[in-house]
Amino acid sequence: MTAPVATPSIDLETVVFDYPDGTRALNEVSLRIEPGESVAIVGQNGSGKSTLVRQLNGLLRPTSGRVLLGGLDIRPTHVARLAGLVGLAFQNPDRQLFAGRISTEVGFGPRNLGIRGPALDERVRAALDDVGLAEEAATNPYDLGYSRRKLLALASILAMRTPVLILDEPTTGQDARGVARVRGVVARAAAEGRTVIAISHDMEFAAENFGRIVVMRGGAVIADGSPADVLAVDQAALLASTGLVPTFAARTGARMGLGRTATAASFVAALDSTGVRGGR
Amino acid sequence: MAIELGSVQYRYAGSSTAALGPIDLRVDPGRVVGVAGANESGKTTLCLVATGLAPSVIGGRLDGVVRVDGVDAATLKPHELAQRCGMLFQHASTQLSHTTATVFEEIAFGPCNLGLAVDEVIERVWWALRVAGIEPLAARDPVRLSGGQGQLVALASVLALRPRYLILDEPTSELDPAGTRLVTEALTRIVRETGAGILLVEHKTDVLAQIADKVVVLDRGAVALSGPGAEILADPRLAGLGVESPASVRLERAVRASGLEWPAADGAEVIE
Repeated sequence: MTAPVATPSIDLETVVFDYPDGTRALNEVSLRIEPGESVAIVGQNGSGKSTLVRQLNGLLRPTSGRVLLGGLDIRPTHVARLAGLVGLAFQNPDRQLFAGRISTEVGFGPRNLGIRGPALDERVRAALDDVGLAEEAATNPYDLGYSRRKLLALASILAMRTPVLILDEPTTGQDARGVARVRGVVARAAAEGRTVIAISHDMEFAAENFGRIVVMRGGAVIADGSPADVLAVDQAALLASTGLVPTFAARTGARMGLGRTATAASFVAALDSTGVRGGR
Repeated sequence: MAIELGSVQYRYAGSSTAALGPIDLRVDPGRVVGVAGANESGKTTLCLVATGLAPSVIGGRLDGVVRVDGVDAATLKPHELAQRCGMLFQHASTQLSHTTATVFEEIAFGPCNLGLAVDEVIERVWWALRVAGIEPLAARDPVRLSGGQGQLVALASVLALRPRYLILDEPTSELDPAGTRLVTEALTRIVRETGAGILLVEHKTDVLAQIADKVVVLDRGAVALSGPGAEILADPRLAGLGVESPASVRLERAVRASGLEWPAADGAEVIE
């Protein structure tokens, strides 16, 4: 399955956002995300992560600065047009779910994009399959536990097949199977050439599943690069300033002099190159 | 002295199947028992049963017996249970009273309702603030705190009842790494200073690796694995039970799977 329209680049140009109470949540953020990139946004609670992603689908509009989707300025663009480009799954599914049947819930988004009949059914089925809820199509969303409601909210966004997919803390409250589902969704979307942006507090999840890590603190981007560069031990002080620590693989690799090993795979590769092979 | 569940089976009101059990479990003072398991495996139900809230407050049917320091929980009144077994819910906002202007008053709410003398209430509040590590928050508005701070206020408000046991239902699930660390450190301090026994439900097995003496893994309401924390958290069956292993275990496994030697086999130096 390919994205229905070309995946747009995303440009934030010195974006400032003030909430009505005067709190400055974004302070001159500039960021370019290429089509098809997979990006994890990390940083402590209140650092501006959720405010940032809400600029991308028009839920919030910048106080000053510009947000461009494939060159299209989103400020004057109607939210209905943005909805076909950018799908955002909220951290709290209960802010999103409203229907009495799971199939209705998941069909709502694509219906609003004008999809009908068998094409609609196929989208609903595929999205529910992706999150492991295919058996529950007729269930009431609120008969599911919190973690499965969260997967349902994700499915309802997947069904819109937007070229840009944004997930706000998708693994919170998920068990190992739920995390594996989310991992699969991220990998499939990336393989299809869609842009995937996820907010996460889980450094291991961010390092293992995303090509780029953006670190936020106090409404600004303080680091931006590959997992190996950003989640490295020599960045520990910077990460600690926004409540984060490098991954276990990075800490262990640094202590053993293996260099920057943010992920298990890079740790294994670095260890292998030292030549201490020899079974157990 | 302990919370003891003997052949306990529990079904919610209106349900024809048991959500929990049969299960035997023991939480001793001064020890941390970690509970892991897939979603909907009975972890929250176990918390409600261990605190006596199920069935005494929420109804349903309990077979077997829950004893708190030798007393059948079914014979205790809610305020008596609350002073023995404190429960911290998953979301701090469901715990806070939303009726108080300051953190200090929020934490005083419970002891005041026990009818304690003012001096005693004040002393308990300062003690709970200190043990939870949040004395600087005393004058703050409880609803205007970060997630981690809010969770610590909820924890302190339970501590102020001086329960001998604490039952915690995923206290860090909504928290960032810094908030998770605050809660983990506070729990370590509570065990050390008060000798409380803790039943800790937690998806983050890295947290359990740090503080759990014993770990129990639930599967469809029953105990699937149970034993010393380090042993259970390294058990290869965890994944099949819907539980992610700690990062250290996953890394070691990745190294061995590629035919390399795990360099820290006898080196506690990499385990933090």
